[in-house]
Amino acid sequence: MSTQHRDAKGRPIVAVTGLGIVTSLGQGKQANWDALTAGKSGIHRIERFPTEGLRTTMGGTVDFLFDDAFTAPELSEKLATLAADEAVAQSRLGQPGDFPGELFMAVPPVEMEWPQKQELAQPIDGPVDYDGLLREAATLKHKPMHEMFLFGTVADHIADRFGTKGSPISLSTACSSGATAIQMGVEAIRRGDTQSALCIGTDGSVHAEALIRFSLLSALSTRNDVPEAAAKPFSKDRDGFVMGEGAGALVLEDYDHALARGATILGIVAGCGERGDGFHRTRSSPDGKPAILAMQDALDDAGVTPDDVDYINAHGTSTPENDKMEAMSCAAVFGERMARLPISSNKSMIGHTLTAAGAVEAVISFMTIANGRIPPTINYTNPDPAIALDVVPNVARDAKVSTVISNSFGFGGQNTSLVLMAGPST
Amino acid sequence: MKRDVVITGIGIVSSLGEGIGIHAQALAAGGPPVVDAAAFAPYPVHPLKALELDLQIPKKSDQRQMEPWQRLGVYAAGVALDDAGLKQDADAKAMLQVIVAAGGGERDHGVDAAILTDLRGANAAGSLLNERLMGDLRPTLFLAQLSNLLAGNIAIVHGVTGASRTFMGEEQAGVDAIRTAHARIAAGQAEVMLVGGAYNAERRDMLLLFELGGYLRKGDFAPVFAREDAPGIITGSAAAFLVIESAERAAARGAKTHARLEHVAATRSRRAPGSVEAALRALIAGFGTAPPEALAISAATGTAGITAEEAAAIATLPQAKRIATGDLVGHTLEAAFPVSIALAAAALSTGQAGEALVTGAGHWRGEGAARLVRA
Repeated sequence: MSTQHRDAKGRPIVAVTGLGIVTSLGQGKQANWDALTAGKSGIHRIERFPTEGLRTTMGGTVDFLFDDAFTAPELSEKLATLAADEAVAQSRLGQPGDFPGELFMAVPPVEMEWPQKQELAQPIDGPVDYDGLLREAATLKHKPMHEMFLFGTVADHIADRFGTKGSPISLSTACSSGATAIQMGVEAIRRGDTQSALCIGTDGSVHAEALIRFSLLSALSTRNDVPEAAAKPFSKDRDGFVMGEGAGALVLEDYDHALARGATILGIVAGCGERGDGFHRTRSSPDGKPAILAMQDALDDAGVTPDDVDYINAHGTSTPENDKMEAMSCAAVFGERMARLPISSNKSMIGHTLTAAGAVEAVISFMTIANGRIPPTINYTNPDPAIALDVVPNVARDAKVSTVISNSFGFGGQNTSLVLMAGPST
Repeated sequence: MKRDVVITGIGIVSSLGEGIGIHAQALAAGGPPVVDAAAFAPYPVHPLKALELDLQIPKKSDQRQMEPWQRLGVYAAGVALDDAGLKQDADAKAMLQVIVAAGGGERDHGVDAAILTDLRGANAAGSLLNERLMGDLRPTLFLAQLSNLLAGNIAIVHGVTGASRTFMGEEQAGVDAIRTAHARIAAGQAEVMLVGGAYNAERRDMLLLFELGGYLRKGDFAPVFAREDAPGIITGSAAAFLVIESAERAAARGAKTHARLEHVAATRSRRAPGSVEAALRALIAGFGTAPPEALAISAATGTAGITAEEAAAIATLPQAKRIATGDLVGHTLEAAFPVSIALAAAALSTGQAGEALVTGAGHWRGEGAARLVRA
């Protein structure tokens, strides 16, 4: 019987043994790392659909995976598959199509899209209404649409492909969903329900209506002239986020289980914190209390202090409100140290990958730890004097990073923070 | 460490009305259901009995910011909090963790219909669509249909500011919500949780997705297990939320307990003839032997094939009585399993049974089961 390793609270330690990522910067860890540390932007003019009449015409869309038209669930599934392929292959856990653990997936809410509704409407005589659409549906000529637009289908297909065990979870906590998927994997391993978990955040939902919905809430940047300079987290002239697409996948594993099979430990998910916010549907509490408590809970869960944190992977959306609230919350948690504690936003380069963001940014955080190099916040030419931060401006920086806190905040009062650490031996 | 988990709050609303009493009565009598076969013909639905929303959602501005499924869920969550004696307990609500099983996607029917009509034959359909959506979509509609905003509204309206998670994925989301909440409390990862789901059946956009796959029953109501003439789902508007907590905490605060939630299990069979029956039997076998007086409550959908398989799995049990949730309130997708658990807890709470077994196979994927005993 080998030694049982336990964390400070007597629980199983949750190791990371596989990582995978796809963003607008490319497919795979190497392509993304090269671009992120070179300060490259993946944001560009949208070509996927006509943008006439829209206030925002750019995004960090992933355009290199399909030749023909596709729906959001199809792209989300493809992104998740590629990220999970990379993570599972790296972990060397299980056999192809037979992953021994459970699946936790952050997926965008799906619904029938306009091209499919138009297909149903086409044969209808006279004005279209939902009764007409229902009559056309009842012909059963469009049966594949049912499976395509079920909320559970993306995770169902991933579970089939990777052979994960148990009942797959499809979850949403809005823009913190990816972090919640990781948190649920951590909890399941700590409970001993499973010895490994495949945690994925995926989002391929940039289509006209999705973009318009955020646009109508005045959440998006409208700096369309120079798309790669539109995402300006923590800058004085930031004017909203840029929608992005991508997926991040992590293989989480009971540390002793990973050791016993001789796996390479890439890092530890040491702590998770989450708090709700009853202030407003889209705005955070002005005092930042839920974000502060989420970070403090995550640190406490990890058994570390604010002084142990080397770097903050910011939510950093580039909206006026988020970045101000996040800076203030970080100052409350980290005190005077905040003036010199590096904090950077991956979203300056890949945009806001929404449902996927928490997972994508966790993968980047583990690459930051492994490489001893912090990706910059690009487009930082006009600092906001109200937010005095070391945002690792414009150029990547070499630094020893052992402990990262990664923040994710979302509509509906969702606040999740993860404490991500180097493995014990490094 | 495995701790006992108890149900201390039940909030249930449906076509029958509101509360434990009316649903316990219907359980005892086996119906009759309230069915409207005309309004959405040829699809029968179980329409919600009108709620006095002000009782649980006092601000009109909050009511206006939600679509019906959110109002229904927020209302039921409030009833559950009241029943558990937590509504006025600010400290408890600040720590209360929430799991919601949700769909979403309620559309503006008029806007969709008008745009679809104009798009047919349009030369530049893409830019026309942009123009119309920019002009015709209400900005707040997005939030009123977003899946995680039911949880968000529970936070805003009831002041529940512990963290929330929203599970999606049709029926199985409801199973996994209850399963996860139970597991976290049993393992000491949480003390008290609010868990449930809501479904609004009275919308053509909601019917559309299921009719695309041919899953809806047409014509008149027939009992879930007797629909061989025209198999399919009859949806109902309903919501159920439960406050569940560790037995220790419930005892310490002197809370009344409706039932003990002993086991919850879920799986996903690769669907093939017989797979649902085998999956459900395996889940139930994992609970140990049920005593002869167990009440069986099924969240079966009425879908061809798998409904008979679920009946066959239940038939192997020494059950005293079998009730289909769909025969009382209709099928409620994400809410179906939480509603069924609420019915089981109500039956135990009112002394109708000493033990209850709940089963449910999703119309497309996922199987779940739970066992409740008298507290």
